[in-house]
Amino acid sequence: MYPSSFEYYRAESVREAAKLLKQHPGAKLLAGGHSIIPLLKLRQTEVSALIDIGRIADLRAINGGMIGACCTYAQVAAAGGLPAALTEAASHVGDPAVRARGTIGGGVAHADPASDLPTVLLALNAKFHISKGRAARVVPAIKFFTGLYETALKEGELLVGIEVDAEARGTGSAYAKLENPASRYAMVGAAASVTIANGVCTAASVAVGGLTTHAWRSKRVASALLETALDAESISKAAKRIVRELPDDLLGDIHASVEYRRAMSQVFVERAVMAAAARAKK
Amino acid sequence: MAKTIGTSVKRVEDPRFLRGQGTYTGNLQLPGMTHLAVKRSPHAHAIIKRIDATRALALPGVLGVFTGKDLIEGGCGPLPVGWTVPNQKTPDRHALMPDRVRHVGDSVAAVVAETSYIARDALDLIAVEYETLPVVTDARKAAAPGAPLVHQAIANNISYEWELGDQQACADGLAEAHIVVEQELINSRLVPNAIEPRACVAQWNAPDDLMTIWTTSQNPHPIRVLLSAFTLKIPEHKLRVIAPDVGGGFGSKIFHYPEEVIVPWVARKINRPVKWVGTRSEAFITDSHGRDHVTVAKMGFKRDGTITALHVTTWANQGAYLSTFASLIPTILYLGCISGMYKVKGVFGHVFATFTNTVPVDALRGAGRPEAAYLVERMIDIGARRLKKDPWEVRHKNFIPASEFPYQTPVAFNYDSGDYHAICDKVATLADLKSMRERQAEARKAGRLVGIGFSTAIEISGYGPSKVVTSIGSALGMWESAALRVYPTGKVTLFTGSHSHGQGHETTFAQIAADELGIAVSDIEVVHGDTGRVQQGVGTFGSRSGTVGGTAVVKAAAKVREKMRRIAAHQLEAAEEDVVFDQSNGTAYVKGSPDKAKTFFDMAFSTFTANQLPAGMEPGLEEQAFFDPTGLTAPNSAHIAQVEVDPATGEVEIQRYIAVDDVGNVINPMIVEGQLLGGIVHGVGQALLECAHYDGNGQLLSGTMMDYAMPRSNLMPMVQTGRTVTPAPSNPLGVKGAGEMGTIASTPAICNAVMDALQIDHLDMPLTAERIWQAMQ
Repeated sequence: MYPSSFEYYRAESVREAAKLLKQHPGAKLLAGGHSIIPLLKLRQTEVSALIDIGRIADLRAINGGMIGACCTYAQVAAAGGLPAALTEAASHVGDPAVRARGTIGGGVAHADPASDLPTVLLALNAKFHISKGRAARVVPAIKFFTGLYETALKEGELLVGIEVDAEARGTGSAYAKLENPASRYAMVGAAASVTIANGVCTAASVAVGGLTTHAWRSKRVASALLETALDAESISKAAKRIVRELPDDLLGDIHASVEYRRAMSQVFVERAVMAAAARAKK
Repeated sequence: MAKTIGTSVKRVEDPRFLRGQGTYTGNLQLPGMTHLAVKRSPHAHAIIKRIDATRALALPGVLGVFTGKDLIEGGCGPLPVGWTVPNQKTPDRHALMPDRVRHVGDSVAAVVAETSYIARDALDLIAVEYETLPVVTDARKAAAPGAPLVHQAIANNISYEWELGDQQACADGLAEAHIVVEQELINSRLVPNAIEPRACVAQWNAPDDLMTIWTTSQNPHPIRVLLSAFTLKIPEHKLRVIAPDVGGGFGSKIFHYPEEVIVPWVARKINRPVKWVGTRSEAFITDSHGRDHVTVAKMGFKRDGTITALHVTTWANQGAYLSTFASLIPTILYLGCISGMYKVKGVFGHVFATFTNTVPVDALRGAGRPEAAYLVERMIDIGARRLKKDPWEVRHKNFIPASEFPYQTPVAFNYDSGDYHAICDKVATLADLKSMRERQAEARKAGRLVGIGFSTAIEISGYGPSKVVTSIGSALGMWESAALRVYPTGKVTLFTGSHSHGQGHETTFAQIAADELGIAVSDIEVVHGDTGRVQQGVGTFGSRSGTVGGTAVVKAAAKVREKMRRIAAHQLEAAEEDVVFDQSNGTAYVKGSPDKAKTFFDMAFSTFTANQLPAGMEPGLEEQAFFDPTGLTAPNSAHIAQVEVDPATGEVEIQRYIAVDDVGNVINPMIVEGQLLGGIVHGVGQALLECAHYDGNGQLLSGTMMDYAMPRSNLMPMVQTGRTVTPAPSNPLGVKGAGEMGTIASTPAICNAVMDALQIDHLDMPLTAERIWQAMQ
């Protein structure tokens, strides 16, 4: 596989990256390369230039709940103190070689509908830190994922970090997915975060991906979980709500039809909530 | 010297492979090398109206653009077939198609440039104007009235029809049956996916008129014949074909491919070395695919489970053209095996081989035999279910008894040896089938969908003699050659016409020669895959190398021993008939006097000094032998799989897999185990995952690794293996072939287990989670 020619620049800092982005219209950022390089090699996309941000030290560190955009999946999977759903999902992305190079920021900015982390980050209400030159803004997950391969990122902007809250006692999260047998991307991915106090669910957040055009939040499942004991029966009952709540424009392919994915959303939401509840109760 | 046959000698080729030091075609760097890329059709069926290469030729670094017209006018002939059945219609297939394309990936033009990047850029600058035509991709629909014609002159898209068996006996058997089960089965199309994509390098040596071609082939000698006599038309003595280290074939690298014509033709044209390395994306749409049958089968049973008849009608998809051995696969190798390991009188099969707008279909690991095993093993399970009988017992009831070998089946083959009751009993013991059944019953009571599946399977391997094989369609004999060159110091080079592309011949063939000559494996180098070094050859396919190539080594070694024995007799001043060659240590001595032996070194050195040879004996020690098999071998298997289906999702978990195989005697148990395990996983891949999906426009939807699901290690539990041994009587090693057995047997074992879990008759492959879930709704 041979990509067509492009220029390559390596940025040493976020500011330099911003400058290079400005100087080279049509340029794309390169972090781990696990989204852009295959597309270039298959000639499904062409770029004038790649700006490599993969070696900017600031972007490669995890500080508390702040995860640098260029942290690899392996780093996230191994980090302590992050919500269980996030480390769980990161440890199941692709295979060890992919996890060693692919980055969390690159993945979410690419916003493949079948990728795992957008779903998890939505369920965790993560905050996306974006910079453009000296300007900076923070976008909540619900506003970050806007469509099929579409995010809130605008021309010239750079995703620098993703912030998640640490899980307090009584809170648990989990991710469950039905894998594409070839690519191992999610055909249906479900993430849940629940909080339990005095035996009752006081907060719940549920998101799905893989079958929707972008990470998608289920309000009805979450609200049905509130005030329950998060027992198997109430979780099962709540999970049923996802099937009708899902939007109409679901994705299907040779591996799994829309009908099947819709049915499976209930199964995997139930599994994710069950696992999250078990963790919350620990 | 202890015998090495039967011991797991470590693979001598592994150090270079594990260190990344193998010599693959793609690694070759030659001075002045240029790079070639092929412009391929994006359409499944179209007329080429116009090709405009002006912009490509203007790109700096581009050395030339060539089309089908250039190659035909330049003397290239169409790609020939190596197997022809009666009334077969063989359409012309050119290395570059001059006027029409018939599948996505069909080759249209070639560009050669200074770098591979420039060549690839230039492809996008070649403008091809197409007029698209209607498309057919399904084997059965292709034969239906009104289907688009893939080749204008070939009515109903039928390349050939082929029958085998006794139609009357089959009808009688069905008439006397208590029940007749009928089922349509689709044997899914597979992409071979060897780890190394195909590649080709050619170097034209103008002063000597000599063409050297490196190609990823399983059989360089037949490729040279085809290149010389049919396609490139360079005289055979001026043509050297080298298949260096090759990263897997599974059958897909047997065939003569367009690039093997284009690359050398361009190399001569521009008088510079040319390299083409296929991408994975190209492999998906150009490597010959496998399987792809639509079958309607009827099997008759008596009340007690006795099979009375099997009637088979199959539409075999041949793709857009006949690949080199296309018509061997759904004919003798398929219908010839449909009676399996069973004694059934009334067997009859009819095959329609049809053209479609898809990649050509040819041999893929098992080649016809997996299709046969899948068919017969599924039908038995369906019958057993209807009869409410244990499928294991139905099999047992119908096996060919051990006392009846050699056994002539009603469909062509004469099975050499086997003990089918014994192999089944062994796998049942290894599995502890009784307790497996008990635990299954408990699990089912608890609502768990646990299924147990059986399969037995037969492979036909090492087939010959050439006289018979050519009489039923082959254009080449099925012999193999070996030569042993013994150097003055007693070291040996073994030249074999077999080719190793993962099989470990450099080890196993050395083991054979070591035992036959009484020397160490480390004193023998095995050379293969080079027409410039190896005298003659047929090559490696159909699990034939040990049986046929190995026997040629045995024969060549006997000649070496004989010459050495005569030298020893002369030097010991003894009568030749009194001198024995001792294979345990490579010495020769007068019977009863091993203390006064001539060593291997002594005798080898004598052929160099040539001063103490018997009168009239030629100096030097190099012996060659050809082996033409007198019959065939019938490796056989009995496998048991246990699966559990997730009732919520339809996902299948393989919980246990137990395999007993009879591959005859075993040269290297570790290598045989590896072949069987790899084969099993390959077959499981077909059962659960792999499938080439074409859409209605003939686009391959599963054309990348993102969509074509290959089995991974986490799919499999630890496989329990065992072996029974009924030595093959038709070769001195008693070996039967081990490369394909696992694949043939594992597909039906898994499918039968899933059907048992679901308690239904049949689902087609691949048994994806969704397909199973739909069946449960």
